[in-house]
Amino acid sequence: MAGPSNPTAVPAKGLVGWIEQRLPIFSFTRAHTSDYYAPKNFNVWYYFGSLAMLMLVNQIVTGIWLTMNFKPSAAEAFASVEYIMRDVDWGWLIRYMHSTGASLFFVVVYLHMFRALLYGSYKKPRELLWVLGMFIYLALMAEAFMGYVLPWGQMSGWGAQVIISLFGAIPGIGEGLVEFIRGDYLISDATLNRFFALHVIALPLVLLLLVVLHLGALHTVGSNNPDGVEIKQGPKGNRWSADAPSDGIPFHPYYTVKDLVGVGFFLMLMAFIIFFEPTFGGLFLEKDNFVPYDPLVTPEHIVPVWYFTPYYAMLRVIPDKLFGVIVMFAAIAVLFLLPWLDRTPVRSWRYRGGLYKIALGLFALSFVWLGKIGGGPGTDPVETQIGRLLTALYFAYFVFLFVYTHFGFEKTKPVPERVTSHD
Amino acid sequence: MRSIAFFLAGLVLTLPALAAGGGSYEAANTQVGNPAALQRGAAMYMNYCAGCHSLKYMRWSRLAADLGLTEEQVMANLVFSDAKFGDTIGVAIPPADGTAWFGKAPPDLSLVARSRGVDWIYTYLKSFYVDPTAGVGWNNTVFPNASMPHVLWELQGVQEARFGEVAADGSGPVVEQLELVRPGLLDPGQYQAAIRDLTSFLQYVGEPAVLKRQALGVWVLLYLALFTLIAWLLKREYWKDVH
Repeated sequence: MAGPSNPTAVPAKGLVGWIEQRLPIFSFTRAHTSDYYAPKNFNVWYYFGSLAMLMLVNQIVTGIWLTMNFKPSAAEAFASVEYIMRDVDWGWLIRYMHSTGASLFFVVVYLHMFRALLYGSYKKPRELLWVLGMFIYLALMAEAFMGYVLPWGQMSGWGAQVIISLFGAIPGIGEGLVEFIRGDYLISDATLNRFFALHVIALPLVLLLLVVLHLGALHTVGSNNPDGVEIKQGPKGNRWSADAPSDGIPFHPYYTVKDLVGVGFFLMLMAFIIFFEPTFGGLFLEKDNFVPYDPLVTPEHIVPVWYFTPYYAMLRVIPDKLFGVIVMFAAIAVLFLLPWLDRTPVRSWRYRGGLYKIALGLFALSFVWLGKIGGGPGTDPVETQIGRLLTALYFAYFVFLFVYTHFGFEKTKPVPERVTSHD
Repeated sequence: MRSIAFFLAGLVLTLPALAAGGGSYEAANTQVGNPAALQRGAAMYMNYCAGCHSLKYMRWSRLAADLGLTEEQVMANLVFSDAKFGDTIGVAIPPADGTAWFGKAPPDLSLVARSRGVDWIYTYLKSFYVDPTAGVGWNNTVFPNASMPHVLWELQGVQEARFGEVAADGSGPVVEQLELVRPGLLDPGQYQAAIRDLTSFLQYVGEPAVLKRQALGVWVLLYLALFTLIAWLLKREYWKDVH
């Protein structure tokens, strides 16, 4: 980039040069690794993006091997999963990697999203980056839901029954829509078969495309950082390039080696779960899902997997079904609007008003607590009242945020010119 | 850095506790890593349970390999049907007969330890009592009105229920305790040890991988710890010039 003496420039001769002139993959790769300048002050919250990519790869690779032995039919699905667990060499490990990976994917994505809230990473010029991320989250939820149906246990079938019937609450087209999704008058072989198709082909393709767009948008606007300082607007020039931001360092090798440390810690956590507590006390693999799906026997408690329980709690604490469904979908939809609801130009919570910090804390608390309520039996009336309060608190965050920032109530602290530190 | 470590540690420690919940059963304290216990449990299962309850996902050959038994030992001592060594473990009675005799065909027990939990199985096997009003002559406090007779009564002996008062709302009377009125071939301590072996065996059958995954997991974690250490040293070396 910095002229002919640049030792890292792509050679113009030889095989590499020949390919480069016809398809610039070498300069492309370079532009997105060693020539991509990231702020030098990333903290621990910035591991979760690369860890989400790792989980995506884990799900795709283990998924391919599971597909080799899984039978997508109502008569054979449950037994084929047990076949994988018992008779396929290392099948148990592949399945546990897939089931644990699914849950950890959500752990990582939720932390990644919360990082964006902490440091205002959704704000201008990163609105589209945030919206693309939200679409990834939506696709991931659909992917996870359909994947959970495939083992064809009691929770697979009854969970599908509950979730799909939500669409029945839509006036007019509801019933027809439910039938269209199921492909039958009830949860059946046809449902399993189409969910398999969507889970292994359609949604993974959508996810991959969205991830590419998400990264493309990220590399266009550049990464935010814990100070919320725009390094592209700061002074120019560093050891590697005269026109790169002074507070930026090449993503490769600096952040590739740093992310490797994060990967190491994360894989230790994942391996601990896989080898010592693979059902995670019934949270990652529910007990009822070790019983084959029986449409005539309703399980005592129908509870979705933990990553859906905050929304499920909202649905359950609201007495009216249609209103509950609207609230549940609105809880996700309102997140898309975040970049336009928050009007304060200061990004990082480090330099924002005290009330903002309290509101963000309460918002996180409401989400986690709703998750706990949604994972329970839902029979305690006191808990239902708490759930309603927490649902109101969840939405109040967005109302508060708009009022607080639009009318100038927020007193922010001065944001430094340069990033403050790195760890 | 520290806060997130605490957060993750808290998550790992509290979530299974939140999820566990459920009824209170006696701790089974299974010994799934003890081959002798699994062998005793297997023998007991084949003698008392396998007549009615299949283990349709479990193969005789896999059982032999995992429990340290030879093909001859298994075929001579555990297989009472004309099954082949590579077959899965079936039942002697036809399902139609099971339905006729008990009201419903006895369920397959391959995954009962997964779906019910080992504590449930252990407590269930301790909780039979004579009940002349029940169709099979036996009832169970863990699984009221179960259609299964007490197959192990010879070993445990006969228990009778002591009932409490009828509650004010008309419900009950509730079984307050079970009393051994006729001793069996085993004393209570021996019986508990026997059904602990049986429960351990069912835990193994529910997840045969349990025998190897923990032993393997130690090595995987050691490898990952070494990998993380080297990655951290590499990161530190690279980041020396970032200020």
